[in-house]
Amino acid sequence: MMCCLSKHPTYGGKIVSNSTKPVLNQTPLYEEHKKLGAKMIGFGGWNMPVFYSSILDEHQAVRQRVGIFDISHMGQIEVSGPAAKRYLNAVLTNNVERLDITHGQYTLMLNEQGGVIDDLIIYRRHDNDYFLVVNAAKIEEDFAWMRSRLTGEVSLLDRSAFFAALAVQGPRSPDLLLQFGDLPARNQMQELRILGIPVLVARTGYTGEDGFELFYPAAAGGMVWNRLLELGGALGANPCGLGARDTLRMEVCYPLNGADLSPDRTPLEAGLGLFVDLQKPEFVGRGPLLKQKESGLKQRLVALKADGKSPPLRAHYGVFVGDKRVGELTSGTQSPSIGIGIGLGYLDVSFAHPGQKVEIDVRGRRFDATVEKKPLYKKRC
Amino acid sequence: MLVPDDLRYAETHEWIRREGGIATIGITDHAQAELTDIVYVELPQVGAALEAKKAAAVVESVKAASDIYSPVSGEVAEVNPELESNPALVNTDPYGSGWLFKVKLSSPEEVDSLKTAAEYSIQIGG
Repeated sequence: MMCCLSKHPTYGGKIVSNSTKPVLNQTPLYEEHKKLGAKMIGFGGWNMPVFYSSILDEHQAVRQRVGIFDISHMGQIEVSGPAAKRYLNAVLTNNVERLDITHGQYTLMLNEQGGVIDDLIIYRRHDNDYFLVVNAAKIEEDFAWMRSRLTGEVSLLDRSAFFAALAVQGPRSPDLLLQFGDLPARNQMQELRILGIPVLVARTGYTGEDGFELFYPAAAGGMVWNRLLELGGALGANPCGLGARDTLRMEVCYPLNGADLSPDRTPLEAGLGLFVDLQKPEFVGRGPLLKQKESGLKQRLVALKADGKSPPLRAHYGVFVGDKRVGELTSGTQSPSIGIGIGLGYLDVSFAHPGQKVEIDVRGRRFDATVEKKPLYKKRC
Repeated sequence: MLVPDDLRYAETHEWIRREGGIATIGITDHAQAELTDIVYVELPQVGAALEAKKAAAVVESVKAASDIYSPVSGEVAEVNPELESNPALVNTDPYGSGWLFKVKLSSPEEVDSLKTAAEYSIQIGG
């Protein structure tokens, strides 16, 4: 018991206790999580809540009402200066030229081989000021990579320690935040005040629901968190952990870096071509991507759904068509919304199309599944 | 956390209730609370030979799959048929309707070497 069979638990890591030196970082909300009785796990070098009461309940809170997540582990990098746009266009895949002031854009940072270092959202705050939100485990690597590529009049600042961050997600999230002022439109960012504290509010998220991501001074961590939970009470708000964050993002097929994205996979293989502008004259990884586009992909990241009752799907389970191993899952769970095993995985391209019947190996037993169109879960309108 | 006095416990968080030559096995309240959201239980075949401290079943929460070790050796006499349609019983009633399987004991003395309720309570910090 208590032994993880999945070799790559999606938010795995050892729980740290009685350790003589802290091996995990704590967010500004650590004490609040403890007060709420959260179960904590290590994720990306941080000690984070995996759930407060139940992943299933927290998942439903976001799908039906509103959930509030601590995402302070994520990193913030500020890039500014007259040459910022040009510089960013050379280190990121999407086109920064297309970014209006206050808007945000999903983009990727690649290595020289076209593999994914990180996926992130870049916001344009002012004419020459950009705000990047990057994955927790990649803050140092991203920053070092960006620094090594600095050219022109650009300033680069790692602001991760300065910011606390929350995700406020779900159909009732606008009702909660409207109390503080006008809300930004989808993918945009604006500043609001909560308890007098300046808070950057972006209408973005990782759940497939309407929702917001908030960035504000770490020193005010608990104040804003508690105020939102207090006001959210009337809307049925729940504090939510990384467990629900993971099941929510899998249902809508958002990739997780480190699981579905890696330095060995290109954004084209991951189905993220929409966020790569190959028309740009130059950016890191462009050459290999062009070559890959020309020669054709070998594998593609697809969404899979079990045909019937099965154990929850997990990363690293093999995917078969007859006797042929055609790929492997990189993420998986049992979907709380549809009650069936779901996963993401790379399959050989000849099998990587919706409707393809496959079998998934779970501890030596085969379970029928089908390649599905993304997303796996759609809101009923 | 509930730790009934009349049961014995394995360090790996299984409980055992002995009735003559048959023992019923499940996971403790502490274990189910650590896992939460149990959505799938894979049980051994009736008739299968189990060895003490070896994996015998798998309990899956939304988050992860966990091995369940048989605290004793013997032959599987019965498995809980309710868990296929309602695995959450392991969460809601871990010492009752959420039992996992029954073993016909081949070495009944193994039960005596397991932890008492008091010893297990200390282990889990209760």
